[in-house]
Amino acid sequence: MSEELHQVAVQVNGKHCERRVESRLLLSDFLRHDLGLTGTHVGCEHGVCGACTVLMDGLPVRSCLMLAAQTNGHAIETVESLTNDRDKLHPLQQAFHEAHGLQCGFCTPGILMTMMAFLKETASPSEAEIREALSGNLCRCTGYQKIVEAVTLAARRIGQAGAR
Amino acid sequence: MTAEPRYLGARVTRNEDARLLTGRALFVDDVNPPHLLHAAFLRSPHAHARIKRIDTGAALKRDGVAAVYTAADLGSYWKPGPLLVPPPPIKGIAFNLRAQVPLAKDKVRHVGEPVALVIARSRYIAEDAAADIAVDYETLPAVVDMERGAAGGPVVHDDLGSNIASRVRQTKGDYAAAARNAHAVIRRRLVYDRGASVSMETRGVVAEWDAKADKLTVWDTTQGPVFIRGGLAAMLGLSERQVRVVAPFIGGGFGPKMMMFYPEEVVIPWVAIRLGRPVKWIEDRLEHFFATTQERGQIHDAEIALDKNGKILGVKDEFLYDTGAYNPYGLTLPINSQCTLLGGYVVPSYDSSFTGVFTNKPIVTPYRGAGRQHGVFVMERLLDIAARELEIDRAEIRRRNFIPSGAFPYNNEIIFQDFAPLEYDSGNYAPVLNKTLKMIGYDRFLADEQPKLRALGKHVGIGVVFYIEGTGIGPYEGARVQVQASGKVSVATGVGTQGQGHFTSFAQIVADQVGVDVRDVDVVTGDTDQFYWGAGTFASRGAVVAGNAVNEAGKAVRKKILRAAAEHFECAEQDIVVAGGQASIAGVPGKTIKLGELALRANPMRGAVKPGTEPGLEATSYFGPPSGATACGAHAMIVEVDPETMTIAIKKYVVVHDCGTVINPLILEGQIQGGVAQGIGNAFYEQLHFDDQGQLLNASLADYLVPTALDVPRMELGHECTPSPLNPLGIKGAGEAGAIPVGALFAQALEDALDLPRRGVEILEIPLSPNRLWELAGALFKQRGTS
Ligand code: FES
Ligand code: FES
Repeated sequence: MSEELHQVAVQVNGKHCERRVESRLLLSDFLRHDLGLTGTHVGCEHGVCGACTVLMDGLPVRSCLMLAAQTNGHAIETVESLTNDRDKLHPLQQAFHEAHGLQCGFCTPGILMTMMAFLKETASPSEAEIREALSGNLCRCTGYQKIVEAVTLAARRIGQAGAR
Repeated sequence: MTAEPRYLGARVTRNEDARLLTGRALFVDDVNPPHLLHAAFLRSPHAHARIKRIDTGAALKRDGVAAVYTAADLGSYWKPGPLLVPPPPIKGIAFNLRAQVPLAKDKVRHVGEPVALVIARSRYIAEDAAADIAVDYETLPAVVDMERGAAGGPVVHDDLGSNIASRVRQTKGDYAAAARNAHAVIRRRLVYDRGASVSMETRGVVAEWDAKADKLTVWDTTQGPVFIRGGLAAMLGLSERQVRVVAPFIGGGFGPKMMMFYPEEVVIPWVAIRLGRPVKWIEDRLEHFFATTQERGQIHDAEIALDKNGKILGVKDEFLYDTGAYNPYGLTLPINSQCTLLGGYVVPSYDSSFTGVFTNKPIVTPYRGAGRQHGVFVMERLLDIAARELEIDRAEIRRRNFIPSGAFPYNNEIIFQDFAPLEYDSGNYAPVLNKTLKMIGYDRFLADEQPKLRALGKHVGIGVVFYIEGTGIGPYEGARVQVQASGKVSVATGVGTQGQGHFTSFAQIVADQVGVDVRDVDVVTGDTDQFYWGAGTFASRGAVVAGNAVNEAGKAVRKKILRAAAEHFECAEQDIVVAGGQASIAGVPGKTIKLGELALRANPMRGAVKPGTEPGLEATSYFGPPSGATACGAHAMIVEVDPETMTIAIKKYVVVHDCGTVINPLILEGQIQGGVAQGIGNAFYEQLHFDDQGQLLNASLADYLVPTALDVPRMELGHECTPSPLNPLGIKGAGEAGAIPVGALFAQALEDALDLPRRGVEILEIPLSPNRLWELAGALFKQRGTS
């Protein structure tokens, strides 16, 4: 196995960080192990479940399908970026709380990050659009209905805040 | 004064959400002690083989590898796992225990059985080194099909001489006589298969030995931390006080995380002690499909005897069930099937026997529903067919056979999985069914909508099924409630929690009893150092059993508050009001004291605590129900099928459920919706495909189809409330209800949509899929299309 090391300079949640990493180190492992950002979860490591979704330059990517080395020069955002105050959640998080859009919460960080990007693109989504956007993220607990309700609620609030 | 329930029954949003939503909740894989080593298991690629030789030389030489172990290295620590649930006291029962082992010794019995273990600096290196290990196998023919396995041929456990794991017969009344006198006897072979739980978090174990404190800490994705603590202490020769097991936030359990002891759970702590370094193992998704227990198939040869009005005279059922390579969980699952089959109906005579069969497949233990699905499927299908043959409406035949509301407690005269006679505590079934029919628009659909849609060439059908669910079984749970000097209240209980909202539902119960804000109640679950005793979260029992323990402890603390406040104010206890985090004298302004202050006074620095009293405002209570509480419900759906592709669109889905007193409707809805989603997966998308070598062909989430947001419909929920008399809160469990009747519902509704019975086709199996529907009925539509 290649032990070659790469220099990576990456912006993570607004902070600049530089590390030397092995070629084969997954972005998910880099975030979780090297940077201690354990909010990003790993559910399958083969790109299907979406639990590991983070944003790279504002677009959702599956961190289990990317190598840490590939993020050189890019900006990554994880669930930890949404708020740094437990008592003041991001409107999307707040909507998940109010609508009971999470149970075990394992899938939640990936879903939040996927929906962050989706809501930026789609201001007032229909239920069908939300379900389509969610369909790349698996949740085994909720049956999705309350996630859909949470995203609907968040979209409305974020839309109203933007309109003001 | 009695507590006015303010939170019980309210839609309280969850206390645990903020931690989970911000990525700050601790899951097992987030535990990273310094000097951590990582484990990877080498697993059998064969379903059935003898191990001739294992060569670990190359693996040991790899840079970064700390140790490699095989069964031989475990020495006297190597032992088959314990029997978790002994067979119930049923006359003539046969049960052959063959439990899983920590690492396979002479023989492997299913693909994925662990054979060796590598410990290394990183998981990457550990996996590289596992690939370096050379194992010589002599492959053997695999036992895959349970019918053939039961009949003879190769045997999974050589010493047993056959593959028969168990035989049980339970009877009531005289079925033979009932059949003789029947107007109709209907007999069918019904096949029900189930799959993998696929919790989004896989399993994992982290173990750390602290030599200075002489103490082992194990973080484990288990649903039963207290049993794991006791078991590990015994196996490792430690006192229970030296072992702390923590089940932190768990990313979904659904039953298989209640299985114990998994080989990994046994081996990782032992290695951590031996090496004096913390060790982590996290299951990957591929391993999950082999190494985590599953549920699987049953084949029922069932018959029902009825009079001419469709009243049930008796049921006879003989079934085979696949228990996989080992059967440490005893007979819970087939006995659930056997008991749940009776449903909410008066069945005067019953003759049910089953045979458990060892196969070369992963171990079978309960997964949400735990065999109840199989039983419900058999009974509901038999009733559907009976309704057709006797020309009675599907809903009406169920109504005619319901146990009348005046007949409770109702004794079914057979033994349930908790060893108690199967007695339903309370129930009122007709209103549940009627509400379901109303919500789905049953009469209107059949009389009006369906004929119109059929005339337009559309294939739309309706289904309605009913089920009961034995929940909330013993033995017991406990809880400790304590008012702290800060005024906050802490609650500790032994059950683990996997997303069911216990941090909130337990807080609601205590907040009502102790008169504080629900946000000021801090619940700790699943940490054996916080609460010593308990059984675990399984069989829809967390809310019922632990919830009532929490309630009892809350009540006891309330009494202490009243006494302390009465002493403080020198008044009678009856004059004290506890609310808003303080105790006051009713109607006397200014006479109040904060609960935190009272707690402080109850633990004084000087003076004496009176004999016969205890310091602090704290109480520990236990609750054990005499037997399980029986919940019930009905599901209905309207579904459209495209006969060209056999894909489906669910137009409407209704669930009406009666689980007694509801602690938190928001959480209950979530439980039901999630259960239905798993039920839909089981009914139409998920199937474990094993080939004749025992190889699982679809061991990835790309091939094993867990329903997505596009497959699960919006559901309309309704509730009825028949409290359980078996516990003071009147609650019944709800955790599994959503998942149980979905297979039966799909079979009925899809038959109706495609008008299959009229065309001579019946659906007698689950899971279905577009492919399977096509095989069953495609020809009918092809002919029509080309004609
Ligand atoms: S862990 Fe990356 S998609 Fe599942
Ligand atoms: S909340 Fe458990 S997987 Fe989504």
